[in-house]
Amino acid sequence: MPDITNKSLTEIVDLIKKKEIKSEEVTNSYINNIKKGKKLNSFITESFDNALTKSKNFDANPNYELLLPGVPLAVKDLFCTNGIRTTAGSKMLENFVPSYESTVTSNLWSEGAFLLGKLNCDEYAMGSSNETSFFGNVINPVKENTVPGGSSGGSASALAADFTPATIGTDTGGSIRQPASFTGTVGLKPTYGLCSRWGIVAFASSLDQAGPMTKTVSDCALMLQAMSGFDLKDSTSINKKKENYSKKLTKDIKGLKIGIPKEYRVSGMPNEIEELWEKGKKILKEEGAEIIDISLPHTEYALPTYYIVAPAEASSNLARYDGVKYGFRSSKGSNLIEMYENTRSEGFGDEVKRRILIGTYVLSSGYYDAYYIKAQKVRQLIKNDFDNAFTKVDAILTPSTPSAAFKIGEKKDDPISMYLNDIFTVPANLAGIPAMSVPIGHDKNNLPLGLQLIGKTLGEQTLLNLAFSMESKSNFKQKIIKWWEK
Amino acid sequence: MSIDKDKIKHTAKLARISLDENKIESLSKDLSNIFNFIEKLSKTNTGKVNPLTSILDQSLRTREDEVTDGGIRDKILENSPNKNEEFFIVPKVIE
Repeated sequence: MPDITNKSLTEIVDLIKKKEIKSEEVTNSYINNIKKGKKLNSFITESFDNALTKSKNFDANPNYELLLPGVPLAVKDLFCTNGIRTTAGSKMLENFVPSYESTVTSNLWSEGAFLLGKLNCDEYAMGSSNETSFFGNVINPVKENTVPGGSSGGSASALAADFTPATIGTDTGGSIRQPASFTGTVGLKPTYGLCSRWGIVAFASSLDQAGPMTKTVSDCALMLQAMSGFDLKDSTSINKKKENYSKKLTKDIKGLKIGIPKEYRVSGMPNEIEELWEKGKKILKEEGAEIIDISLPHTEYALPTYYIVAPAEASSNLARYDGVKYGFRSSKGSNLIEMYENTRSEGFGDEVKRRILIGTYVLSSGYYDAYYIKAQKVRQLIKNDFDNAFTKVDAILTPSTPSAAFKIGEKKDDPISMYLNDIFTVPANLAGIPAMSVPIGHDKNNLPLGLQLIGKTLGEQTLLNLAFSMESKSNFKQKIIKWWEK
Repeated sequence: MSIDKDKIKHTAKLARISLDENKIESLSKDLSNIFNFIEKLSKTNTGKVNPLTSILDQSLRTREDEVTDGGIRDKILENSPNKNEEFFIVPKVIE
């Protein structure tokens, strides 16, 4: 049988629909790849038996009308899966088995997909390199000893290594887009409220948003359609009809206005990124879009704002881990308070504790106004910047990251330099608007780089169309040699 | 701004996290660096700006108070680190 695992999701769906391949064959092909790829450490939990049973059931009783007929999918281990442990990359949840299914995964399963396994991620999605996971760091298939980015690092690694035909991640400050850029894949953070947050382990509730990570832009449109949708269980879910992004996907971008924000030209950025940004502009221009210089004056304040708002919300969200109803409990401590304190000290890793402390501090009496309220005011200014820009342009083009994938351990002991990875991605989360990373080229070390498209509220279709056009003209090709199979 | 050891200890108490004495020094250094970075915000002029409360144009929805699930006590208890047949067990709180 020819190898189908290097095909796109759309191609695999077509082959299944044409009855040229069975779901069980597809599933076995991915399982074989995963078994040969343990070195990458992209999986926390495998659910091969579940996947094979579901694939056999599909083949016995196929429904080809579904969007993802008989497709095995591995997902980030931040999505609760009914009866299958969900760890959020933390010791705290090492043995947690949810009794319910997240809305987003449930949406995928009702379109015919089924679970292949749970993918590694930074602990509670707090990290930009997948080095904070209790289950160990993940390796980028692009190059040994290189991080895949984070926090959806396992998702990006598994996708690029052909362990899953597509996947989903979550993005609080860049956790889908940055790993997509680092692995030469496509990643989209939708408008806040487009995909339900119900059943996703919470990090920062006003910023968290789930989204697709795929090999191609067409796959991204398909996955977004399958996973999005109104959900009564999420009070911030947007009540609107599901869009058919695939049907409306077009390379015709004539007349669209694309903003280039001068504030994203940061000092110390490698020339190669500047050149790829120019390449992106050139492509869009040649395809008939109009390039317009714009200003987003509060950009430099986005990261400091994020590092107040996100830890503040995290410190509240993570207050629930007390060792009583579920999760890890320390055996040390003679009373209830000591039990709490030891449980949280032993159950959380260093980065999570650091962020809980920052969040607790900025919310504490005497500091709340100076930090938290101040940050929410600046957040309004950042949102205003985008509102103003979108009166002139339809989308904004920037680099996805200020550098290509870095070496494992390189930034681990320097939180600030790690945080700076998210400098271009954080603003879209603060403003709640959609943004996606599209692979555009490689640097001199053959590491992939992506460009980011930022759109208006619910402007996903415009982003997908622009990305579709860029994808077809950029001639980006993965340069992954499967070194881990040797 | 520097976040000294006493501030770290106080904040850790509020967050119910016990800290190893030998880690407080490096935490103090890390958090001081992070707060120096965050301090940049004080340079922005936010005089008349209201703090953002929601990025959505809609207000929070309410729903009917109806029972839609439940009846899974045993499943819930299975995840508890210490329980008996019907209850979560915690260290004694009343003497």
